[in-house]
Amino acid sequence: MIGAPIQGRSPARMAWDRIKKDRTAKISAITVAFIFLLALASPIFTWILHTTPDQFHPETLDPSFGTNPVGKLGGISAQHWFGVEPRTGRDVFLRFAYGARTSLSIALSATALATLIGVLVGLVSGFFGKTVDLVLTRTMEIILAFPSILFALAVTPVLENLLESWGVPTGNATRIPVMIVVLSMFGWPYIARIVRGQVISLREKEFVEAARSIGASRTHLVFKEILPNLWAPILVTVALNIPTMITSEAALTFLGAGVIDPTSDWGAMLLASVPFYSVDPMYTFIPGFGLFILVLAFNLLGDSVRDALDPRSSR
Amino acid sequence: MSQNSKVGNDSGEEIILSVSGLTKHFPGAKTSFFGKHEIVQAVDGVSFDVAAGESLGLVGESGCGKSTTGRLITRLLEPTAGTVVFDGQDISKLNNSELRPIRSDLQMIFQDPYASLNPRHTVGTIVSTPFKINKVVPEGGVKKRVQEILEIVGLNPEHYNRYPHEFSGGQRQRIGIARALALRPKLIVADEPVSALDVSIQAQIINLMKDLQKDFGLTFIFIAHDLAVVRHFAQRVAVMYLGNIVEIADRDTLYSSPKHPYTKALLSAVPEADPDAVGARERIRLTGDVPNPINPPSGCRFRTRCWKAQDICASSAPALLQIGQTQVACHFPE
Ligand SMILES: Nc1ncnc2c1ncn2[C@@H]1O[C@H](COP(=O)(O)OP(=O)(O)O)[C@@H](O)[C@H]1O
Ligand code: SF4
Ligand SMILES: [Mg+2]
Repeated sequence: MIGAPIQGRSPARMAWDRIKKDRTAKISAITVAFIFLLALASPIFTWILHTTPDQFHPETLDPSFGTNPVGKLGGISAQHWFGVEPRTGRDVFLRFAYGARTSLSIALSATALATLIGVLVGLVSGFFGKTVDLVLTRTMEIILAFPSILFALAVTPVLENLLESWGVPTGNATRIPVMIVVLSMFGWPYIARIVRGQVISLREKEFVEAARSIGASRTHLVFKEILPNLWAPILVTVALNIPTMITSEAALTFLGAGVIDPTSDWGAMLLASVPFYSVDPMYTFIPGFGLFILVLAFNLLGDSVRDALDPRSSR
Repeated sequence: MSQNSKVGNDSGEEIILSVSGLTKHFPGAKTSFFGKHEIVQAVDGVSFDVAAGESLGLVGESGCGKSTTGRLITRLLEPTAGTVVFDGQDISKLNNSELRPIRSDLQMIFQDPYASLNPRHTVGTIVSTPFKINKVVPEGGVKKRVQEILEIVGLNPEHYNRYPHEFSGGQRQRIGIARALALRPKLIVADEPVSALDVSIQAQIINLMKDLQKDFGLTFIFIAHDLAVVRHFAQRVAVMYLGNIVEIADRDTLYSSPKHPYTKALLSAVPEADPDAVGARERIRLTGDVPNPINPPSGCRFRTRCWKAQDICASSAPALLQIGQTQVACHFPE
């Protein structure tokens, strides 16, 4: 009776079409994808280079000093593409690739957890209002007012001891989950605040009333009517939150509350490079430049996503 | 206000909706930091009956409390006072779970065809939601029924997978009508369903609702801000001013011999369809705006804009009384 169904162009589809035309978006997406690939492919490089990120190479170090790499630019060579680490001779390229893995996994896990908490709290706070909202918004304000890095440094050992008392082994097995929890603990209010504001403006909309007037439950109203209208702001907030998480993760590690050696991490590489920066500036430059490019690319991508989802907003 | 809510419906028809003393006071801004909230008297003691299969027009300027009245009847709002008896049951104090079985009989068509459709849902989802929420599975499946309904309201059933933004205002209002119609309600409150549409489209939508009313035996409350729109739709018209009903009569009586000065004023703004009546009607221009419902005028609420106002109008509120075929609330009716 009815011919082939005519598929409408959904708002998401239109945003996608718009982002495909955006050059900045393309370049930053390629950059991000490249770093992701590097992180994913790091074991392949171990195989190509016949070494591991943790292996010492004393032969690459100057025997007269015993610490500095032999050769120009921190010992860059056909075998060691980004040079070697002073004092140990570990391969910097492999540490960079594996470091991208660690930094990205921690930052993305923290973003995911912060998003989950932020969206749920924002929905509840905005939809139910009244006392619930008051308590939740006060909580958000308090967390946002904290000097988060200082506080993170303070709570890390506390949480770590807690995990260890549950029998989790010491080292990165406790440190990394603690970092994810600490980072998301300070990240969710940013997302919750945006979601709450959107929910408050949406819950009075007539389409929500229409659903109410046919007997829809609160769960239906929140998850089926309101939430689908929030993907755009959530996506934008998340996209702009990832670079913040990457920076915070690196900062935490740099300040000593992060990933523990020998596991590689960009923040840890920066920290390790500090004593040598005058004799081997390349070692500081490589993780620093990596962080800069990754954060910039994610920020530009986030901006493009925002513009694509809301064509009326201007830069 | 009304003591006699039955009047204006003297035939022995079944009363499907009986509203009495309906009142809604919203909390307004606070008077001072430690003070109380001001009270917005949006609807203040409204009473009327609607017979099954009838269409009642509810007319008044913007801000008179029409939408609030509609939302109280469909129980999107809870009344501050008064009762709403629908199909023999007082629904004014029911909670959400008690209301659930009644909701499908009591639907609303909204004023804004843009805000009333979820932009992230397809037409199919929008019109099938009533079935899903109420766990109703029609014969032949939900999709088939939804496509039938789309056809009934004059939409292409193949547009099932399209999104609201792909439709014009008039088509969107048809989608809203389809949704209201989905579960075959007994009563539909249409809140200014055409005031956001082009004049050329308005007639099409009104005709559609007329056909639906006839075909499905629906009862309609049709809200409008002028008397022209409801003229060809409503059998009976209630005129509302600042939270009160000031006049109710059947259509012909109301249009040919309005009793309340406010009705007269509204009527004089209606472009004349019947040339014979032109001479009989003097032009009245309403000056000023509807007063603030936080501080309504004492006595008759219309007195600040009424050219017939006397001292008594400020001191005593006129009750809605039967005069001939009409119920009117005025100390000096025509
Ligand atoms: N939720 C609300 N809170 C406070 N005041 C309201 C609310 N809804 C409506 N009002 C006020 O009640 C009055 C009547 O509004 P409404 O019923 O929308 O009138 P109409 O539909 O006739 O234009 C207006 O003064 C309006 O500002
Ligand atoms: S009661 Fe008085 S003020 Fe009110 S409408 Fe009648 S004449 Fe006018
Ligand atoms: Mg209104």
